[in-house]
Amino acid sequence: MLIEILFVIILFLSPLFLNAYWIDVLNNIGIYAILALSLNIILGHTGLFHMGHAAFYAIGAYTTAILNTMYHIPILWLMPVSGLLAGIFGYLVARPIIHLRGDYLLIVTIGIVEIVRIALVNNIFGLTGGSNGIFGISRPSLGGLVIRKPQQFFYYIWIFLGISVYLFYRLENSRFGRALNYIKEDELAAEGSGINVSKYKLLAFVLGAIWAGFVGNIYASKMTIISPESFSFWESVILFVIVILGGAGSIRGVILGSFLIIGLPELFRQFASARMLIFGAAMVVMMIFRPQGLVPPRSRTYSLEVLIGKE
Amino acid sequence: MELFIQQLTNGLAIGSIYALIALGYTMVYGVMKLINFAHGDLFSIGAYLGLTFLISFGLVDKVGAPVAILIIMLMVMGLVGLIGILLERVAYRPLRKADRLAAVVSALGASIFFSNSLMLIYGAKFRVYPHNLLPKSYITILELHIPVVRILLLLVSFILMACLYLFVQKTKTGTAIRAAAIDQGAARLMGINVNKIISIVFFIGPALGGAAGIMVGLYYGQVNFLMGWLYGLKAFIAAVIGGIGNIPGAMLGGLILGVIESLGAAYISFAWKDAIAFFVLIVILIVRPTGILGERVAEKV
Amino acid sequence: MTLLKVYNVSKSFGGLMAVNDVNFEVSEGTVMGLIGPNGAGKTTVFNLITGNYKPDSGEIIFSGKNITGLSPNKIVKLGIARTFQTIRLFQNRSVLENVLAGCHCRMRAGVLACMFQPGWQKQEEHQAVKNAFQELRFVGLEKEVNNQAKNLSYGNQRLLEIARALATRPKLLILDEPAGGMNEQETQALVRLIDQIKKRGITILLIEHDMSLVMKICEKIVVLEHGTKIAEGTAEQIKADPQVIEAYLGWEEDD
Repeated sequence: MLIEILFVIILFLSPLFLNAYWIDVLNNIGIYAILALSLNIILGHTGLFHMGHAAFYAIGAYTTAILNTMYHIPILWLMPVSGLLAGIFGYLVARPIIHLRGDYLLIVTIGIVEIVRIALVNNIFGLTGGSNGIFGISRPSLGGLVIRKPQQFFYYIWIFLGISVYLFYRLENSRFGRALNYIKEDELAAEGSGINVSKYKLLAFVLGAIWAGFVGNIYASKMTIISPESFSFWESVILFVIVILGGAGSIRGVILGSFLIIGLPELFRQFASARMLIFGAAMVVMMIFRPQGLVPPRSRTYSLEVLIGKE
Repeated sequence: MELFIQQLTNGLAIGSIYALIALGYTMVYGVMKLINFAHGDLFSIGAYLGLTFLISFGLVDKVGAPVAILIIMLMVMGLVGLIGILLERVAYRPLRKADRLAAVVSALGASIFFSNSLMLIYGAKFRVYPHNLLPKSYITILELHIPVVRILLLLVSFILMACLYLFVQKTKTGTAIRAAAIDQGAARLMGINVNKIISIVFFIGPALGGAAGIMVGLYYGQVNFLMGWLYGLKAFIAAVIGGIGNIPGAMLGGLILGVIESLGAAYISFAWKDAIAFFVLIVILIVRPTGILGERVAEKV
Repeated sequence: MTLLKVYNVSKSFGGLMAVNDVNFEVSEGTVMGLIGPNGAGKTTVFNLITGNYKPDSGEIIFSGKNITGLSPNKIVKLGIARTFQTIRLFQNRSVLENVLAGCHCRMRAGVLACMFQPGWQKQEEHQAVKNAFQELRFVGLEKEVNNQAKNLSYGNQRLLEIARALATRPKLLILDEPAGGMNEQETQALVRLIDQIKKRGITILLIEHDMSLVMKICEKIVVLEHGTKIAEGTAEQIKADPQVIEAYLGWEEDD
């Protein structure tokens, strides 16, 4: 616990001594961390092989971008709208495929993210601006304060991350989180214990999609310009790797994973063009030495004293 | 009609390449229940090695294009196969008992490693294959002109697939591969050296992928270090459509995908070409959740 | 009063008739046994009752309600809980969490309640943990609360499955070979446990190969062979039934 508190303190003071470039790196880490936490619900907790999370992120970002540039609706108002649309989209695509097993689900989710990207490139409904994307998206403004500088975005993103961690932590340690874990362990036993497996799988998908939609909103207002290549299959792969490498089902692990996957290539910049080569090799090595992830989830324990004391 | 036949033959040619690559996915999956995400990059390695051999030894001048291509193809197949064995030893074998997703991430890491190695060695730009090696002629059937290259491509793919099929069905090693695919534990108890079988599978699959790499280089005339991703993905889709783990399924899936994609690009929309494969995949999986020739596994309660 | 009625139920797999026109009734508050040689279709009958399989024809009535074709989780919620022949616990989860899985269907906190945790959700959660603990004590696993399920002995794993099933607050408990893999001592304890469960007013339907156990605890026995019911009655009646004796002898030789 001490390490976590120390980490939060140092993190929140870091804009005081970091330059704009590194603050922006931290902002990217934060964005990926929230996305990965939302994927963690689907992949880490429920054990659904989902490699298309960028699709939901894209729906959120484009919803914000389109409604903001066309109707000038303030960014913050669009956050719930983006989440909602991403959630509805998540529901519609997940519903027919939710029963697919492991690897079949994996390839179909890859398909979804690719179809979404191609649709964006092809300027679907004349709304998405094709491969150039959409530009001129406003900044979020909180009661007169317009969030613009990297430092401001830093607090905006990391406070949002903090709220997400808090809510997801509670979710994990409750009826809902447990149900997802039962499904991951043994679908048939979960169903036989009275858990509506397909309903909970869908809920996991929709919740993950909603959160990815929120992040899409943050991303669009941070960049002010978005284009399809930010939402490719490759982004989904990165998120997938963050979750598995960090520790599936572990909030700490996923945040650490985001620092490593998004932060490390920045540190490798001195290796220039070889950095991705090193990165790929590092992924293999890390998996071999920590196949359960860097920080596997802790098991929930229940205090006997409390149980007996309350008799 | 002319357009239809052209697209159909083109689709069959591309489809046979998808099928060759898909065989690598499906064989590895069959025995190890692992999606070898680095397989597409092994295909790229094949394409680049082929390019290097074609332009550096002057073999074409000495023995003529057809023989040279044949020799080089065999060399490439051997080399890529060896890389496949090495890949399994380094990146997958230590993870055999771990969670399946750990192996998926390791495979993605290996894929990044391979594609970036190719970029460092050959550069990030497209590289052009020698373009005077294959016949430019056409065969005319009923007033339709079909490029000889296409027919050659189909022919070579079919020969390779037929060899594989006979190997798996008729030889002792092939029987052992099939046994290991059904139940590794039982196969081990029957005295089958499963590690050896896995190495063989990791030789054959990548070797076929490498052959496909050269064929794509010759057919399209250019290669790029990232092309493995798209071909790998399409071939993976083909394997899943056919029923992953099923060898005839991979062949069938490849051809179906190639033809649908080619016809779709011509008659529906070229811009949506790459999405068509995924639409086909999703529709087939919704109708048949384990692919066309995949077994329907009802879980025993 | 009849709690469960299996009415003309048939099920075939790829042309093979696994269960052929089977009929029986389970009266409330009794212990009933389903016996028969291997491959007689006993587990298939269980899977048809619990909704894991859908019957090709026939009906299953539970508490006066037609439950044919309902999904397993709905059937659990209506009051039928089960254990599995091959133990299916959540191996990497703690013993208590395994039982909490059974409590799930009697709780109501949804996603939002779990996120924002209002007072009633906390209370519900606390109550569930308490109930789960009570079920663990009931089967005698109260010392293993935070142990992982996979660390339990085989016999204790079977008990944990029973605790998980009981946590769903069933009216009917279906046990698929509960004594499988248990030693003599554990089997004795199981007999006492089944008696305790019965005293709670829970009806029990079980498959068991241990004949002395079946004869001792079952008020009524149904005998299946090749998917067909060949006899039904009390232990005495079954023991004296010529068809059963024939089948029984036949299957003694098989073993």
